[in-house]
Amino acid sequence: MGKAEVKLIREDGLRHDGRRPDEMRPVRMEIGVLHNSDGSALVSYGRTTVLAAVYGPREPPQRFMILPDRALLRVRYHMAPFSTSERKSPAPSRREIELSKVIREAFEDIVLTHLYPRTAIDVFIEVLQADGGTRTVAVTAASLALADAGIPMKALVAGVAVGKVEGVLVLDVDELEDGSGEADLPIAGAPDIGKITLFQLNGVLTDEELKAGVDMAWKTIQRLVEMEKEVLRSKYMVEAR
Amino acid sequence: MSRRIVVPGEPLPPNVVVREREHDYVYEQDGRKYAAVVGVLEERSGTTVFIPLQSIYVPRPGDIVIGLVVSVGILNWYVDINSPYTAVLTVSDYLGRPYNPQVDELSKYLPVGTYLKAKIAAFDKTRNPLLTVQEEGLGRISEGKIVEVDPAKIPRVIGKKGSMLSMLKEETGCDIFAAVNGRIHVRCSNPEMEPIVVLAIRMIEEQAHTFGLTDRVKKYIEELKSARGVR
Repeated sequence: MGKAEVKLIREDGLRHDGRRPDEMRPVRMEIGVLHNSDGSALVSYGRTTVLAAVYGPREPPQRFMILPDRALLRVRYHMAPFSTSERKSPAPSRREIELSKVIREAFEDIVLTHLYPRTAIDVFIEVLQADGGTRTVAVTAASLALADAGIPMKALVAGVAVGKVEGVLVLDVDELEDGSGEADLPIAGAPDIGKITLFQLNGVLTDEELKAGVDMAWKTIQRLVEMEKEVLRSKYMVEAR
Repeated sequence: MSRRIVVPGEPLPPNVVVREREHDYVYEQDGRKYAAVVGVLEERSGTTVFIPLQSIYVPRPGDIVIGLVVSVGILNWYVDINSPYTAVLTVSDYLGRPYNPQVDELSKYLPVGTYLKAKIAAFDKTRNPLLTVQEEGLGRISEGKIVEVDPAKIPRVIGKKGSMLSMLKEETGCDIFAAVNGRIHVRCSNPEMEPIVVLAIRMIEEQAHTFGLTDRVKKYIEELKSARGVR
């Protein structure tokens, strides 16, 4: 069956992979997966899998990078060459540089950088498998890795994308829906402090659709942050045996 | 007494008590207090204490730390003190006498890789911390083992009123010094005892937030001693 023949919304109202429009893909979260980093996390939404590693606060590699009043937050979003069906060049692309900036900005108001002036906090995000929504999975993974590293932050952050396919708002778009859909709305936020920290829109939505989309994403972000909390707690529950 | 784990962004009770060094791990917004890192909220006899499970060592003047020489300059050593800030020890402080770099070499006194016990003489986040060894008991560490733990675990290694540390010393007969920056110097007259102390410290580090730890560690040391035939 060719790609063009796939119906994104089936006649029974379900999506091409059998999900309801407001259904997430299965979410998996794990922390402390890398020994060498100060904190790490592996997060999957369905087939999209992202690894995040946090180092620091530590001395910046170059003296000119030093900020006198706060820590320098550096984020590198990168897609592994094997993460897509066709090989992706390992060199950072324009898109990856932009996403690194967007994800960094999602954390700049969350991490308490003023506590460690003249240092650097590095967040490395590696997309291991891409199937849509990589930036939002990356935000969730980075948030968990920062918490795992013990970096003081105001609250936990999570992200999810809402899309519009064949006129229907759908939660957590995958690659196929992203590529053929009419709109993509990735959102990340920290529900504990009531802040949206990443908000992008690709495509066209009406005012009502935008409101409904944000509402849908926000409820999911709340659930994702609860999952993050559970994962962080369970790390110490296991150790307390 | 009850304990529960809190995560970043979770509200804390308004009367929460935070240990002196750990104010950075709680923040206030609109008059309410929130946890900034993963920690334990412990209720004991009417007070609630927030104890972070991890911490980042930020030097304070007067702290006694264990440092590791990482590089040698012309008139100073750069010392890693398990902190984001590398400390500086000047030659005039260490030698306490005039020094001529043209005829003498610093690495002769403290080569890279040397551990030393020093005091933070000055630090204010605008410049790197300055160390001094001009006090009794400070200076190069030439024997024993250094164990590194998270600085947040040091109060647990010491225990309430030093209970854990004195139990460790009593059970093993070793000399143990726990520095605030998360490094512990272990020196034993019986070298076979050193790995036992290291294993006991690792156990304290892993189970720092659990109840009845001192007794369990004591039992563990006794088991290790009898299994290895160490007295």
